[in-house]
Amino acid sequence: MNILEIKNVTKKFGGLTAVGNVDFNVEKDSIYGLIGPNGAGKTTIFNLITGIYQVTEGEILFEKQRITKLQPYQIADIGITRTFQNIRLFKKLSTYENILTACHYNSKYTILDAIIRNRKFKVGERKLHSQVNELLEIMGLADRKDVIAGNLPYGLQRRLEIARALALRPKLLLLDEPAAGMNPEETIKLMELIKENRDRFNLTVLVIEHHMDLIMGICDKIAVLNFGRKLAEGNAQEIQTNPVVIEAYLGEEEVTLA
Amino acid sequence: MDWFYVKGILILSGINLLAVLGLSLLTGFTGLFSFGHAGFMAIGAYVTASMSIKFGLPFIPSLMIGAMGAALVSLFIGRWTLNLKGDYFCIATLGFGEAIRLILDNVQYFGGARGWPGIPLYTNLTNVLILNIIGVVILVNLIRSRHGRNMKAIREEELASQIIGINVFKYKMTSLAISAAYAGVAGGLLAHYTGFIQPKMFQLIKSTELTIIVIFGGLGSISGSIIGAIVLTSLPEILRAFAKWRLVIYGMAVIFIMITRPQGLMGGYEITYGNIKKLVSRIFSIFNTKKTLGGDKQ
Repeated sequence: MNILEIKNVTKKFGGLTAVGNVDFNVEKDSIYGLIGPNGAGKTTIFNLITGIYQVTEGEILFEKQRITKLQPYQIADIGITRTFQNIRLFKKLSTYENILTACHYNSKYTILDAIIRNRKFKVGERKLHSQVNELLEIMGLADRKDVIAGNLPYGLQRRLEIARALALRPKLLLLDEPAAGMNPEETIKLMELIKENRDRFNLTVLVIEHHMDLIMGICDKIAVLNFGRKLAEGNAQEIQTNPVVIEAYLGEEEVTLA
Repeated sequence: MDWFYVKGILILSGINLLAVLGLSLLTGFTGLFSFGHAGFMAIGAYVTASMSIKFGLPFIPSLMIGAMGAALVSLFIGRWTLNLKGDYFCIATLGFGEAIRLILDNVQYFGGARGWPGIPLYTNLTNVLILNIIGVVILVNLIRSRHGRNMKAIREEELASQIIGINVFKYKMTSLAISAAYAGVAGGLLAHYTGFIQPKMFQLIKSTELTIIVIFGGLGSISGSIIGAIVLTSLPEILRAFAKWRLVIYGMAVIFIMITRPQGLMGGYEITYGNIKKLVSRIFSIFNTKKTLGGDKQ
């Protein structure tokens, strides 16, 4: 079953077509990779899915529902969340507070409940705090829980951003270059973590990445973009041997040897 | 200094404090700067005064209606201006504050620019103190809940807040309405303390004063706002001996704090039982290590 369907989506900024007539489907519980050279429109597709940009043409379906007209927070409500290429944490809040904030809508007490501190508030807060502790354990951040997010090492900031996204209990998680700036060892660890969490939370993951080891290692299916168009789609094997893809990445093969 | 004078300063500090608490929620916790809060105070003052004079309502219900009036107007303003980014919202509130003052200048029903005398003197230290305590408790409880955390998230990173499902616009509106209600109550108290109100009392300089207090005390700290309100309201009075130099000293004190502590007096920290305990234990541990170091030398 397809959880996400991108149907002939086009996004134009003035005269520039950032994404042109792209379509692909993401199957439930799979890990789908999105690759392509810089400026190919990968992040734009993420921004379109999460409602930060409005599509110019085409439509995006999530669990068969049209989501193209929704606000970003509504998209989060129906179960799609993401991380950012340039990390966007709540920098002055602690690791714990970052995750706690993201848990917010797993508990439904109102402002009035909070002001009079009734039972509904207390039960709700307790639930949120236990969720945070559980996530801190899973993501290996428990010993850093009181550190201010902006002071965490880079790799852990990325990890915290994923933890914050998971706090929403999303159905579809979009990761925008989660391994950027990581060394090979850290990348492998991250790969394991993504796989683990996919199984634990029944997630579907859509990932943009330049580390080919990561993409080829975990993705069930990969789409290649170039200049806003979809070049190819298939599993790791197919993509690696596809001549069009090789051309986009390495340039045209020289036919005649001088 | 007799008690009556001191009491007067305390009441004025308390009134300022209520307005500052509201502004602290908006500026310190939601990250929206406003230079129009004197406008909400004015609405609170005039609505409360007309409720108690023209409709003969008791004090507390009049105050509540004044607060609601200010909150309603803020919702109307927020509907149009909260979509604006940062600085533009700030400028819009500045315009709003002045607009309210000019409108009141021209409404003869409330006495126009001449002002409105003969408001019954209901405000006293007891009810100011009680309202302040209630105000602080409500604010603390609000901030230490998921709603308060959502507001802080908006202050930190707006786009990320949306991505984790926070309705940014709704929370900005809520924050603005609550802060306007606080300012409304403060205005109502002021009207019934001085017994006379005049649009001139709610000029831009009043809004600026409130914002200065919030920044002086430290953005994102309720204890900072409390200390700021008391210190900066009483400072000009304490300095009265210096006659014409007092406002210069006041200005210099503010500049001095901003240079030495740009994050404000409290800078995001709160005075709580737990924090005091931590501080004391830290001082003790420094003291102890010094002692052991001294011991090593022998």
